[in-house]
Amino acid sequence: MPHGIVNDPHVFVSIDPSGIVSITAHRSEMGTGIRTSLPMVVADELKADWSKVRIVQALGDEPRYGNQNTDGSRSMRHFFQPMRQVGAAMRQMLEQATATQWGVSLSEVQATNHEVIHRPTGRKFGYGELARAAMDLPTPPVESLKFKPENAFRYIGHSNIPIYDLFDITVGKAQYGYDIRLPGMKYAVIARPPVVGGRIRSFDATDALKVPGVEKVLELKVSRAPPAAYSPLGGIAVVATNTWAAIKGREALKLDWEDGENGGYDSAGYRRQMAERANKPGRVERNQGDFDKAFAAASKVLSAEYYVPHLAQAAMEPLVATATIRNGECEVWAPLQDPFGAREAFAKLLELPIEKVKVNVTLLGGGFGRKCQSDFAQEAVLLSKALDGAAVKLAWTREDDLHHGFYHTVTYSRLDAGLDPSGKVIAWRHRSVAPTLFANFKPDPKREQSIELGLGLADIALDVPNVRVETGEAAALTRIGWFRSVNNIPHAFAVQSFIAELAHALGSDPKDFLLEIIGPPRKLELEKLGLTDPLWNYGDPYSTYPIDTGRLANVVRLAALRANWGRSLSKGSGLGIAAQRSFLSYVATVVEVSVDGQGKLTIPRVETAIDCGFAVNPERIRSQIEGAAVMGLSNFIGEISFAKGRAEQGNFDNYPVARIDNAPTNVRVHIVPNGSDIPAGGVGEPGVPPFLPALCNAIFAATGKRIRSLPAGDQIRV
Amino acid sequence: MSIELTINERPYIVDVAPDTPLLWVLRDVIGLTGTKYGCGIAQCGACTVHVGKDAVRSCITAVGDVAKPVTTIEGLDAGGNHPVQRAWRDAHVPQCGYCQAGQIMQAAALLAETKNPSHQQISDAMSGNICRCGCYQRIQSAVCIASRGV
Ligand code: FES
Ligand code: FES
Repeated sequence: MPHGIVNDPHVFVSIDPSGIVSITAHRSEMGTGIRTSLPMVVADELKADWSKVRIVQALGDEPRYGNQNTDGSRSMRHFFQPMRQVGAAMRQMLEQATATQWGVSLSEVQATNHEVIHRPTGRKFGYGELARAAMDLPTPPVESLKFKPENAFRYIGHSNIPIYDLFDITVGKAQYGYDIRLPGMKYAVIARPPVVGGRIRSFDATDALKVPGVEKVLELKVSRAPPAAYSPLGGIAVVATNTWAAIKGREALKLDWEDGENGGYDSAGYRRQMAERANKPGRVERNQGDFDKAFAAASKVLSAEYYVPHLAQAAMEPLVATATIRNGECEVWAPLQDPFGAREAFAKLLELPIEKVKVNVTLLGGGFGRKCQSDFAQEAVLLSKALDGAAVKLAWTREDDLHHGFYHTVTYSRLDAGLDPSGKVIAWRHRSVAPTLFANFKPDPKREQSIELGLGLADIALDVPNVRVETGEAAALTRIGWFRSVNNIPHAFAVQSFIAELAHALGSDPKDFLLEIIGPPRKLELEKLGLTDPLWNYGDPYSTYPIDTGRLANVVRLAALRANWGRSLSKGSGLGIAAQRSFLSYVATVVEVSVDGQGKLTIPRVETAIDCGFAVNPERIRSQIEGAAVMGLSNFIGEISFAKGRAEQGNFDNYPVARIDNAPTNVRVHIVPNGSDIPAGGVGEPGVPPFLPALCNAIFAATGKRIRSLPAGDQIRV
Repeated sequence: MSIELTINERPYIVDVAPDTPLLWVLRDVIGLTGTKYGCGIAQCGACTVHVGKDAVRSCITAVGDVAKPVTTIEGLDAGGNHPVQRAWRDAHVPQCGYCQAGQIMQAAALLAETKNPSHQQISDAMSGNICRCGCYQRIQSAVCIASRGV
């Protein structure tokens, strides 16, 4: 993790003389609650009164704060302990300052609820009175810190702290990237090449400039020399006095594009190619035992193919950024998941030293991975430069968002299993064909890379002696990006659907069969898996976060228990189950569906069990899991398809997402209780992967219809 | 051209083309940014405001056609304590929060008309408001809570 971890209270905490404790949140808030939860950890160890805590959002400054790239469900995983250290250290500094002030022994003073008390006399100092003296002390070494015992936590684990922005959100005062307003600010939109790699041949701005409010039309020239990484697409920018005028001006542009080499990207043809590749041997990524031999000897074999299309993150707040350049200094305000990565990109674009670039992180109106890529904010910076540093807000419309995405990849999978006469799976092969996100960063490797293999493909836990995982070739013909839970979506969809299909073929109960194929409780021994590349393990040490089948089986049992698995259901109803270890957490979901005579799907109930290690903010864990079920349904119905290199969907009318009238609204969340000695796992993403297969398994149980290809389209009415 | 508006009980005169959507007048001209843009084509509800008593999508409402007073999230209640706002906080509805102004305005209009809506009526009334974070189950319960307090 670039810039690692910082745990210095001088960086994260400041206390003013009135006793107000300001705690810096250095991770981006996009809906997980992290901007509240991490300061809450500090406040608890600091024994601060939450009503006297203020949260300050950090600038993009990793050398100061440590890693800020808010993705990979890592914020709590990586910063729970460091934030405890920050709080405990500050508490001890307050105690030390008091002891010094009174000339008493440190053992006689104790911090409690925003005060330090001298126990023998009962004398007290409020935190504010001690602030200066305490903050002047050096940070005590980590080994000297005394942490609260778990039973002394007041906020951690208690779900009693509402998100910091709750009131402001309900009154319209919370400030998102789209809400930034600077004096004299211009508003701009950009017409971008409809095909990635395309460019403008010629344009005519005469009519655009006649639109009232339009002030300027200019070409945004960019270098997209490979690796293009997150660089903008270029295009024609329309600068106006308000967003609407800019949009109308853009509509009036006459544009002649050259499409370039991706102009032939066509989803139907591409899918046929992927299917062919999935039916041929690929690159071996995991080779455990001898698949070929076992498969040839099997008494029964089963195969199935699955398809998950491109998806768009479609956060409710479209992309937007505001930039200005004054006296050789650039300042940006934007909803960025990776503010420091963005800052480095801005500095490079402007050829400025990084100290001359300041990045303010607003609230994010959703992110889901799209706002990791700073292309949109780079556009704002380039535009401000082209306007001699004027303040400019560069806004994306929804159409821009869906047409110029960093999309979820597209995946074609083929699975084959061989069974012995007793019905035990003895051979398992998974071939996965998907363009890789890493085509952004290096010459297109045309197959899933180590990180993607680690997202539920090569790292699955199976009690099967002969396992082979292969990848097939697929070139990236559009920009592939991060999407909540990333390749876990298609991988879990294929694997967990296939397991249910095997159960059906064997006449077994799907839950029992799932437990059987997970096998006995054990920590997988990596060297026995036959992995070609070392396991990514979400970037964390395997010794801390092993693949633990006991924990996986436990969530399966818990979800099944809560769902009353095995109960009799009326005709047209069914239960489906699926489980996935992802982002170092374990999640199992049971979806209940009912499908009426007209083929219309409803989802009356979802039971999800999550083991995410120690649960720091259970209330926000619940909200993430509830939301994951909704996003899971969106993943069932949405598709970004390409024709002539262009994304065919442009707004919510043809890119449907779950709404309140079809989404699951009875999602029950069961959090496995763990002590704080069990390291925190991810929460934001792991709820998503099991939902799709659990849903499709439930639809099969209800109707006998197996959905292997997404979007659901006319296979079922949603 | 000059257009007169009443927004949150205050008079405004704005100088914009009459076909400009109310949304952009609120946000860019007047500076009331609580009302959000999410789609621009009446698909997501993020831009919902009240014109008179009706919840409307300000992204497709031409400012020149606005004949009644407008209420935005900022003006729903002076202290931010409309029963729907309180219920939203009691039920801890928001995740990212971006859609919530629109959700709250839609729910407030529903409850002004239907005191005790059924689950189905809530679903129907709120189905034009997308929450990509997926807060729907809490929206359901918050509307129920609010219906007791309206
Ligand atoms: S912005 Fe008006 S409905 Fe989406
Ligand atoms: S809370 Fe994020 S879109 Fe609704």
